[in-house]
Amino acid sequence: MKTPDWKALAAVPVAAAFRLVEAPFHAVQRSFGITPMPWLFLAPNLVIFGVFTFLPLVINFYYAFTGGVELYPSQRPFTGTENLAILFDCGNHFDPSTCRKDLFWRAIWSTAKFSVLQVTLMVLFSVITALVLNRKVIGRGFWRGVFFYPVLLSPVVVALIWKWILQREGVLNAFIAAAGGAPLEWLTSAGWSFFWVIFVSVWAHMGFYTLILLAGLQAIPKDLYEAAQMDHASPSRTFWRVTLPLLMPNLLVVCVLAAIRAVQIFDEVFVLTGGGPGSATTFIVQFIYQTGFMEPIRLYGLAAAGSLVLAAALIVLTLVQLRIAGERDAKRQ
Amino acid sequence: MQTSNRLLAALCVVIVAGAASAAEIRIQCYSDGNECEVTADLAKRFEAKNAGSRVIVDKVPYKAVVETLPVQLAAGEGPDIARVTDLGGLNRYYLDLTPQLGARAKYWEDNFGPTLKWLRGGPNDKGIYGMMTQLTVTGMFVNKTLFEQAKVPLPGPTATWDEWIEATKKVAAATKTSYAMAMDRSGHRFAPLAVASGAKIFDASGAPVVDDGYKAAAIKFVNWNKTGLMPKEVWGGIGGSQYRDAFEEFANGRVVAYYSGSWQVRRMDTQVSKSFDWIVVPAPCGPGGCTAMPGGAAFVALKRTKSPAEVAKFLDFLADADVYKEYMARTENIPAHAGVAKTGVNYDASPNVKAAMATFVGDVPKIAPANYELQGYRLNRAVFQPTAQRLGQAIAGEMTTDDALKRLAQDMDEQVKAASK
Repeated sequence: MKTPDWKALAAVPVAAAFRLVEAPFHAVQRSFGITPMPWLFLAPNLVIFGVFTFLPLVINFYYAFTGGVELYPSQRPFTGTENLAILFDCGNHFDPSTCRKDLFWRAIWSTAKFSVLQVTLMVLFSVITALVLNRKVIGRGFWRGVFFYPVLLSPVVVALIWKWILQREGVLNAFIAAAGGAPLEWLTSAGWSFFWVIFVSVWAHMGFYTLILLAGLQAIPKDLYEAAQMDHASPSRTFWRVTLPLLMPNLLVVCVLAAIRAVQIFDEVFVLTGGGPGSATTFIVQFIYQTGFMEPIRLYGLAAAGSLVLAAALIVLTLVQLRIAGERDAKRQ
Repeated sequence: MQTSNRLLAALCVVIVAGAASAAEIRIQCYSDGNECEVTADLAKRFEAKNAGSRVIVDKVPYKAVVETLPVQLAAGEGPDIARVTDLGGLNRYYLDLTPQLGARAKYWEDNFGPTLKWLRGGPNDKGIYGMMTQLTVTGMFVNKTLFEQAKVPLPGPTATWDEWIEATKKVAAATKTSYAMAMDRSGHRFAPLAVASGAKIFDASGAPVVDDGYKAAAIKFVNWNKTGLMPKEVWGGIGGSQYRDAFEEFANGRVVAYYSGSWQVRRMDTQVSKSFDWIVVPAPCGPGGCTAMPGGAAFVALKRTKSPAEVAKFLDFLADADVYKEYMARTENIPAHAGVAKTGVNYDASPNVKAAMATFVGDVPKIAPANYELQGYRLNRAVFQPTAQRLGQAIAGEMTTDDALKRLAQDMDEQVKAASK
């Protein structure tokens, strides 16, 4: 008995499907020529981008210059730059208590403090981890998995796990109590809660940046290390003179990406501390969310103005990233 | 041809009639205990009596009612009926049921009169927008077992807040309980302490004000938290104006007394009674009197409904004295229906629950006018939420109580002005 040609059989419906898809494209090309074809292919993505990214951006921009509590733009009175003026109404911008919207400035400075500390620690630990995982250690694949695993978890899951560990009757205090110590207020003391917010954030995202740096380390030609060895360069000298300069492009990308993410921090912290104690861990995105959606009187205009400030910070960081990427590409060429 | 036209016409009539009779209404409901389950059960009875009617009860978390529903309504979306606690704040989305109720409107006015105005937009508004599914009263739950173990006598029915703090402090010390007292993180729960301390809440022009009484209560309250008499994590542990109840602290025996409200009775009975004896004590007193805060949740009809007649019919069914009485008995709530309140509700519950409900009902006549006025104030959340936010910051040590009170007054003022734009 002859075996059927499965490959040929499978090709029949595929070819039919392609003919079906091709038909309208052929019709368009016949009618309008080849020029509009790229736009036709880009159209689905452009529509999605336009509706879900560009349009909200425009709406946000409009809301920032309107007042009142109505949701529909047509019902909102135009107030010009009043919302921005309210946000920036400060005796001294470095002292939130002198500002009309003290919570906004507390959030701004907390975000700045968080971003600097978190990015520094994140990059430092990511580099160390990548260097260790780049060596021939036993169970290297397993350890790579261990460090990458938290990246796969939802931020809410991450925050809940750590909340169970850190709350007053949590696992950590249980260990301390078992060891004869007094339980500590990990999440109700301003200093500790800020520390844990940074710690959890680094723990949750470090794996992603480690992976980027690991790829960078593996791209460094081995012969450079052999040459360093032949010159009797010490390991630290090899690191500073060979590894770090060649890892620098990846490191810069990691810094910028981590900074962008740090400025946008919200979900993990909101679940872990709720922005407290007081407003110690209330960052800029939570301020925007609170003002626009949690308060009884929803000040969408003020929230939108806050978003503009956040957008300005993100634009600066993105331009830095684009510049770095551009310079790297130029060097390669 | 003529036959086919007739058939087509008949088909159209059947389709239109079918669409008209198959009215479907959706209720967005949150539960303190079993309110949504009982509503769904009563809805089945309504459906049986009204062929073609369909009532769907969507149970949602309380947070959804507070945060998501207002945005849905502002966008012209949402259910036909919702169970809400921001009674006057959402007034502009409510449907006036008066035309649909017709002659029954008088029944509603007679029985729900005092609470109907909580749902209205102002003094000139005479609309009937829904009915209270429960009347709540704030009050103090006390761990009686701890008092007995500590051999400390329970303060009397006219005991002040200070006397309660002193007594619970002694009990906490004697029984090595972590804290003397806890209060839900809510400006609503803080209001009775404020009024008992002499706060008037509103100034002569009717605008909310942080007066000397409010300040005295705030200073006292922040101090109780800072000195460890109250668990700091409840008010100081989270940010913003987020709500947090202290039920777990009480249920786990970490506090001697817990200031919350009548809606917790069912939870107490099912989750706490097996661990220790608890009681509800009469409203604590102060220079401003012995007062509690009224409140509750209401089923309101929403303007966006496509079936106003069906919505009115269903709410009128629930408002019927017998149905309402059954609803109160099964959900263990205080009735807002004057007729039902007069004849009394036979709670099919433990003696503990019955005693607790009797204490709460006994507190109703003592509620100060300022507390009633605040509950009926359309923008009352502009008082409640900044209170939680700013006192939370003071408790967390982020600012002094004086600064927190100045900010609180500023927040209230700004929010009221913004809402009036």
